[in-house]
Amino acid sequence: MKLSATLTTLAAAMIVAGTAHAATELVIATVNNGHMIEMEKLTPFFEKAYPDIKLKWVTLEENTLRQRVTTDIATHGGQFDVMTIGSYEVPIWAKRKWILPIKTDAAYDVNDLLPPIRSALSYDGKLFAAPFYGESSMLMYRKDLAEKAGVKFSGRPTWEEVRDAAAKMNDPKAGVYGICLRGKAGWGENMALLSTMVNTFGGQWFNMKWQPQLESKPWHDAVNFYVDMMKKYGPPGASANGFNENLALFNQGKCAQWVDATIAASFISNPKQSKVADDVAFAQAPVAVTPKGANWLWSWSLAIPASTKKADAADKFVTWATSKDYIKLVASQEGWANVPTGTRESTYANPDFKKAATFAPAELKAIETADTHDATLPKSPYVGIQYAAIPEFQAIGTAVGQQMSAALAGTETVDQALKTSQELAERDMRQAGYYK
Amino acid sequence: MAPAVLTLFLWMIVPLVMTLYYAFVNYNLLEPGAHTFAGLNDFRYFVTDPDFWPAVWNTLLLIGTVIVITVVFGVLLALLVNEPFPGRGVVRVLLISPFFVMPTVNALLWKNMMMNPIYGVLADVWRAFGATPVDWMTNWPLLSVIIIVAWQWLPFACLIFITSLQSLDREQMEAARMDGASAPQRFFYLTLPHLGRPMSVVIMIEMIFLLSVYAEIAITTSGGPGNASTNITYMIYKQALLGFNVGVASAGAVFAVILANIVAVFLVRIIGKNLD
Repeated sequence: MKLSATLTTLAAAMIVAGTAHAATELVIATVNNGHMIEMEKLTPFFEKAYPDIKLKWVTLEENTLRQRVTTDIATHGGQFDVMTIGSYEVPIWAKRKWILPIKTDAAYDVNDLLPPIRSALSYDGKLFAAPFYGESSMLMYRKDLAEKAGVKFSGRPTWEEVRDAAAKMNDPKAGVYGICLRGKAGWGENMALLSTMVNTFGGQWFNMKWQPQLESKPWHDAVNFYVDMMKKYGPPGASANGFNENLALFNQGKCAQWVDATIAASFISNPKQSKVADDVAFAQAPVAVTPKGANWLWSWSLAIPASTKKADAADKFVTWATSKDYIKLVASQEGWANVPTGTRESTYANPDFKKAATFAPAELKAIETADTHDATLPKSPYVGIQYAAIPEFQAIGTAVGQQMSAALAGTETVDQALKTSQELAERDMRQAGYYK
Repeated sequence: MAPAVLTLFLWMIVPLVMTLYYAFVNYNLLEPGAHTFAGLNDFRYFVTDPDFWPAVWNTLLLIGTVIVITVVFGVLLALLVNEPFPGRGVVRVLLISPFFVMPTVNALLWKNMMMNPIYGVLADVWRAFGATPVDWMTNWPLLSVIIIVAWQWLPFACLIFITSLQSLDREQMEAARMDGASAPQRFFYLTLPHLGRPMSVVIMIEMIFLLSVYAEIAITTSGGPGNASTNITYMIYKQALLGFNVGVASAGAVFAVILANIVAVFLVRIIGKNLD
């Protein structure tokens, strides 16, 4: 009797354990940005809506995340069921069939996604990753300093106007520099900005035969312009400044102008971290010869690796985290100023959001004018504005970035740096088998 | 004994053989397909990189200077805190604590709080004397990395020397003093020979770890400007984790192993002579 009672209890315990085990556990790799940490915090809301799915988070710094998910997906490791990847990876991985198309329903309203973002995350007309957050680049400046110097920007300034404004507002004695731009080497650091400059000066990374174009006239024009302007009106140490360093400088009131990611707008206009929150104004990214590719487009998005065995559950999570309701949920928890932006038209149509985010119209316009499939004046064989979506680009972009930082630091001339860059890029493309 | 030896042997040989294998095939993670035999192509590609020779030189310079700085200052600091004085315990803990700071955090602190030419502490010091602040990362990239790494490793050297000094025979020291040996004489004939063995330990261990320094470089200068602060490990990092080129990165790793052995042979000779 006693034994059978024990057995029954045991069996019952096993059943309970069994059902608990039957709940699907999704392993999600994500980047440690504010918006993603917020998503992790909202896990209970998802698990309440889908009681049979449990979420397990792996939150990593951007570079580490990229290394972990890339090695995992390329070796079919299958560690993750959902991966946070950038718009650079999506077309490459979709082509390799490493990620699955996103299945959406009517409630998801896929037509609400901003068209440039949706097109950047699609391959062969199918959506392969759901945008969680999106950004472009724009000009941010100090309206108090601009007024004092008599500078006025049109909606879309030219680089020459920006340079002249930098000259007028530059005042190193007072600790204010005319312009801050990225200088730290890296394909996602200085090359993101420089690629948009090259685009608008009429250049491109590769021609239709995949030959690097780094010694062409637009590259010379753009890089000379950049180095010259930064040497005259930029802060000291610019060749080591990436996004975070420039953000710190701008927040402390050391920069009169800054061209960078639209997400920065929400930081510099937040009085909790910025000393100049009341004095910031926004304009579109500067142009030169052509408006094509003058502002970049980036999106952190959620993708489902083909190696997962839990694709249905993963799909439920991905569509939940990028839905209209999710944005409303964040707004109800943290306020409209903190919702992930740059993904949906409905967000920008929301009056509460418009009131909370002064930068919203400028950001929307910047994203809407970016087209990853048509970003250069001469025709290009690659997708992407501030990158070329081919596997070789990360290495080439970083190598070229190192040369550009040397040109900015003055240890090399611009001509020299571009010549070396061209050789490095040709070497890599040859090694990758694009041509003999 | 046999099982232990076998385990250790496998522990060492499996990764080494895999690295050697990858170094001879065409293998890029992002290009699916068979790993075709590449011959010496991966090595040729790595060695003909324009950054290669500057990187070898930077690697040796980085290792050499950091070792010299840590050993010289480590001995001096150890001597300084060897004599009893009030608060010695606290001073020792403070001396050792930089070693517990993670390399990435260390690099961030130095880059942003110390060496930044606009709001860094060093810039304030320079301005206090009316000088123009030094733009460390731009004009002295390798020196900056050396300072950062030396700051991190000095406590390690210091710690080893402090412990070693405590085992120095006090009576012998006393006898030398009574016989009229001056302080420099006591240092060169008693203390220094006593520190010979710990010094070789410090040099060996530091060499092993300094050969693989790259976090500090990746965070502060990204190997730049140009290739001014690129070392071999950073080159391998670029191949492996930016290019995902397993073949070339493995070839680079094999080269690094060879370089480490060459340096080790020299060091063992030099130190070996001074010992015994």
